[in-house]
Amino acid sequence: MSEPILQIKDLYKHFPITRGVLFKRTIGEIQAVSGVDLELNKGETLGVVGESGCGKSTLAKLVMMLERPSSGHIFYRGTDIASLSPRALRRVRREIQLVMQDPYSSLNPRMTVGDIVGEPFEIHPEVAPKGQRRKKVQELLDVVGMNPEHINRYPHQFSGGQRQRIGIARALALRPEVIICDEPVSALDVSIQAQVMNLLESLQEELGLAYIFIAHDLSVVRHLADRVAVMYLGKIVEIGTEDQIYERSAHPYTQALLSAVPVPDPAARETKKIIRLEGDPPSPADPPSGCRFRTRCWKAQDICAAKEPELIVREGIDHPAACHFAESRVIVQSHES
Amino acid sequence: MSHAATQAAPKKSAGADYDGHLLEVDDLHVEFRTRDGVAKVINGVSYHVDHGETLAVLGESGSGKSVTAQTIMGILDTPPGFVTGGEIRFKGVDMLKQSKEARRKIRAAGIAMVFQDALSALNPVFTVGFQIGELFRKRLGMSRKEARQRAIELLDLVKIPNPKERVRQYPHEFSGGMRQRVMIAMSLALDPDVLIADEPTTALDVTVQAQIMDLLKEIQQERDMGLILITHDLGVVADVADRIAVMYAGRIVEEADCATCYRKPCHPYTIGLLNSIPRMDLKGQELATIKGLPPSLLHIPTGCTFHPRCPMAQEICRTTEPPLLDLGGRWSRCHFAEDLKNRDQEQSAIYLGDQKGLISE
Repeated sequence: MSEPILQIKDLYKHFPITRGVLFKRTIGEIQAVSGVDLELNKGETLGVVGESGCGKSTLAKLVMMLERPSSGHIFYRGTDIASLSPRALRRVRREIQLVMQDPYSSLNPRMTVGDIVGEPFEIHPEVAPKGQRRKKVQELLDVVGMNPEHINRYPHQFSGGQRQRIGIARALALRPEVIICDEPVSALDVSIQAQVMNLLESLQEELGLAYIFIAHDLSVVRHLADRVAVMYLGKIVEIGTEDQIYERSAHPYTQALLSAVPVPDPAARETKKIIRLEGDPPSPADPPSGCRFRTRCWKAQDICAAKEPELIVREGIDHPAACHFAESRVIVQSHES
Repeated sequence: MSHAATQAAPKKSAGADYDGHLLEVDDLHVEFRTRDGVAKVINGVSYHVDHGETLAVLGESGSGKSVTAQTIMGILDTPPGFVTGGEIRFKGVDMLKQSKEARRKIRAAGIAMVFQDALSALNPVFTVGFQIGELFRKRLGMSRKEARQRAIELLDLVKIPNPKERVRQYPHEFSGGMRQRVMIAMSLALDPDVLIADEPTTALDVTVQAQIMDLLKEIQQERDMGLILITHDLGVVADVADRIAVMYAGRIVEEADCATCYRKPCHPYTIGLLNSIPRMDLKGQELATIKGLPPSLLHIPTGCTFHPRCPMAQEICRTTEPPLLDLGGRWSRCHFAEDLKNRDQEQSAIYLGDQKGLISE
């Protein structure tokens, strides 16, 4: 279980802000991801949570090598994929696949389901010889719980949940080891969301997949993730196992985030402790000095502006948190189901 | 300022001495006439809201929750949408029978709405101050200067920092949460008695969602408004609602006060919904799945509309549509509502034996 297949080391991605049409000048940069370290083990689910604009989707694009990192390394089984030649990268890409958020815009409306799910085989013909492709696609459709006879239909003939299943089948086509799920259920209705989550869970069990599960919905992440990383303005502020993050969170941002999630139980109205954050996250083009969360933090002292807190295990806490004043606190009263 | 809404009530001529419900939707029917046929979007929906009360209308996309709100506001697109029956009474006056102008007057003074997508609901080419002020200029005939002053007061009321600077800015200069505050400010401009909030926080992050819900609650209590909260988020509903109406395929399938509805839901659809959401406070939770999909409104199933997806469905469910059964202060549209109410077992049990939904869509 604890064999890392994907290691991200000191990863940075800065997007330039330019002005001018003909003579473009760089007048600043958006620090979308700045200094992220992560490890993903075989067969585990790593949840990445944070507010919009915190860099979680950029992180997904970097791991997919859809964006080149500004600096840093991404190791897949020991090879740094950020420095590979395009030819060598193609081989690695087979192992890391992506499921996207919007099942409406991520499927080409002019292609049939068979073409969509079979397209990966065009790019990687070594996986399935031409004669077998149709059969393979039908198998994949069956795996994700769709009728294999629907292979000639078009995306518009399916509902959102079914389209997300098509997206998942496409990601499974090349038998990858890692699937990056970027908000895979947030566009779905609640009753459909559960179907897709259960599907992702059972696929992981059967195929031994590792997921990087990116979501803003903390309840969804708790349900699926083994470990959770909390991001704020391009940095990981706290990381730990599901229990450590949800039951003993130590970073004030994580605590605020958890306390803001409405619990579907009217009885919790009275007992719930609520931490209200003021305002919106600062712009990633001009992040605060020191700790990036200090502008919204109720614990902020002078040291927070002067010195950036490291993501380390501090005394009395059992997992790393990037806060000078980290302190474990119970926010959600969990109970066994 | 605080009780302006209630004090202002008597001078609103229409039905001023009416002592029934503040806003009442009664047996409303709406259909959409499309190229593919007639879609019966709303089939006999009734609900009401009173001063100071929060009614949550819960449902998935296509359940008709937003169309009901649009019909109340009179912003239903006709065609394709047509009201084919029912009444919408505001302080006892049926708005559907009024002339367009009379209806507009009632609505302007009494009912306001906050939309989900604040960016597309605001006009990008006018300043925020101008758009809020428009209400005062058009409805109350104020001068530009007065209107701007009132806009500043409203921005301050919804806790936007530096309102004096902010009135001069355009919608794109505001963040998502701030835009939603602007929308709320606009809806409060004419002191409404009823506020309809259609998915007001769906597009927002949880921390901002909490701020907006706090603001809505606070303003509602301060002004003793009736609030209709339309949402699919069971967490938000549990936090703020007094009563819940669950909608499915254009019908209300269950109505109960908030605590009862969560503790002991009496309709299989509600039970399924409550057990299919992942909960942060539960460890090792097994998610129930409601098999299949919501029905197409062009081809509504016979009998109970939920029967193709219901784990309890019997022969009677396929043939006879259940009425909204009174279970003593709460209602459920299920033939077996009494059984569910008297059941000792965990309600979720009816779903967990039925996990076929995962595969057979």
